[in-house]
Amino acid sequence: MENVNSNTNMEEWFDAKLQKNEMIEPKDWMPENYRKHLIRQISQHAHSEIIGMLPEGNWITRAPSLRAKIVLMAKVQDEGGHGLYLYTAAETLGSSRDELLDALHTGKAKYSSIFNYPTLTWADIGAVGWLVDGAAIMNQVMLQRTSYGPYARAMVRICKEESFHQRQGYESMCHLAFGTTEQKQMAQDALNRWWWPTLMMFGPTDDKSPNTANAIKWKIKRESNDQLRQRFINQTIPQVEYLGLTVPDPDLKWNEEKKGYDFGSPNWDEFMSVIAGNGPCNRERLKARVDAHKNGEWVRAAAKAHADKTKEMEFAA
Amino acid sequence: MSDSQGPIWEVFIQKKPGQPFVHCGSLHAFDKEMALQNARDLYTRRGEGTALWVVPSSAIVSSSPEDLGPFFEPANDKVYRHPTFYQIPEGVKHI
Repeated sequence: MENVNSNTNMEEWFDAKLQKNEMIEPKDWMPENYRKHLIRQISQHAHSEIIGMLPEGNWITRAPSLRAKIVLMAKVQDEGGHGLYLYTAAETLGSSRDELLDALHTGKAKYSSIFNYPTLTWADIGAVGWLVDGAAIMNQVMLQRTSYGPYARAMVRICKEESFHQRQGYESMCHLAFGTTEQKQMAQDALNRWWWPTLMMFGPTDDKSPNTANAIKWKIKRESNDQLRQRFINQTIPQVEYLGLTVPDPDLKWNEEKKGYDFGSPNWDEFMSVIAGNGPCNRERLKARVDAHKNGEWVRAAAKAHADKTKEMEFAA
Repeated sequence: MSDSQGPIWEVFIQKKPGQPFVHCGSLHAFDKEMALQNARDLYTRRGEGTALWVVPSSAIVSSSPEDLGPFFEPANDKVYRHPTFYQIPEGVKHI
C-alpha cells in the first residue's frame, strides 16, 4: 500500500480488502465501528458458550448411564473451550478478558437467549444437542468465512468439534423416540418446548434486525437471519419425521415452489422479554456465572502469587 | 497485556514429528507451566498434535500490515532467485 496517511485512504484500502475476500487481521487498520461490532458479536458468542455450559451441566450428575455421563462431560468441556477460543479472538481487538467478563457479569453484555430456558428432563439434553447445537452450527458454518481472521479460525476449530455435539443429541433423541411410550412422550415434550426458542436463536426477522446491514456489508455475516432459519428448518424437519415426532407449528408445510417449508412466526414478544432479562432462568444463570467467578478468585490469586514467587527465585538464582 | 487472568500466550502445535509448528490460537496463564498445561487442555483435546510451543504474546515481534508493500518489496524484482528464470536447452533432462 502506497499511501496510508488519511482515514479515507485507509477506508478504501479496507473496503478493497473486503472486496477481494481477504481477511482482516488484528494489526490491520479497521473502521472503529467494525471493531466495535466484532467485539460485541464475538464476546456475546463467547458468553453464550460459557453460559451454555449451565443448562447441560445441570444433568451431569443425573445422566442415565456412564456412557451418557462421559459424553455430556466431554460436550460441556468443549463448550468451555469454545468460549476461551472466542474470548481470545475478541481480545485481539484490544479489549481485555476482565472487561469482557465484567460486561457479562454486570448484565451489560448479552448471551444467546436460548440458555435462559430450563432443562427440565433428560430428554431436554438430547433436544439441546440436536436442535440448539444444530442451529448454532448453521450460524457457525457461515462464520468460518467471516471477514475477521481470528474469529474465522476459531470458528473452523469450533465447527470441527461441534458436529459431535449435534450427533450425540440426535442419538439420544432416537433412544427416547424409539423407546417406551413414556420415553417417546418425553422426547415430544422436549421438542415442543425447544422448537420455538431454537428458531429464535437466528435472531429477529431481517426487516427488524438492527445489526444485519453492517454485518453483511463488512462480510462479518454472509447470510441473513431469515436465510439461516429457513435452511435450518428445511434440514431439521426430515429428522423430526424420522423420529416420528412433530413440531408444535400448525402452519408448517412444504412449499414446492420455494423448495422449502413455510412456517409460523415465533413469539417475538417472548423473545424480547427473555433478552430484556425476564426469561425463566436469566437470574439463575447470571448468578451461577458470577458465583463461579467469585469462587475462583482465590485460585487466580494463588496462581499469580506462585508465578511471581517463581520469577523472584529465578532472578535470585 | 496482563489482567486478572495472567498474561496472554500464543500457542503453536506440531501435528506430527518433523512438521512445522503452526500457530493455533492464544490463552491466558500465569506462568510457563500453566501455559503449557492450558494449551494441552484447550487446543489438543482430540489428538491435534504431538508437540506444543507456548510463547508470551509480548515476546512476538510482527511486521506491520501497512508496510507490507515496502517491507517485502526487495524480493519482488529479483526474478533470478526463481528456477524458472533460467533456460535449459531442449533435451537436457533431470534438471
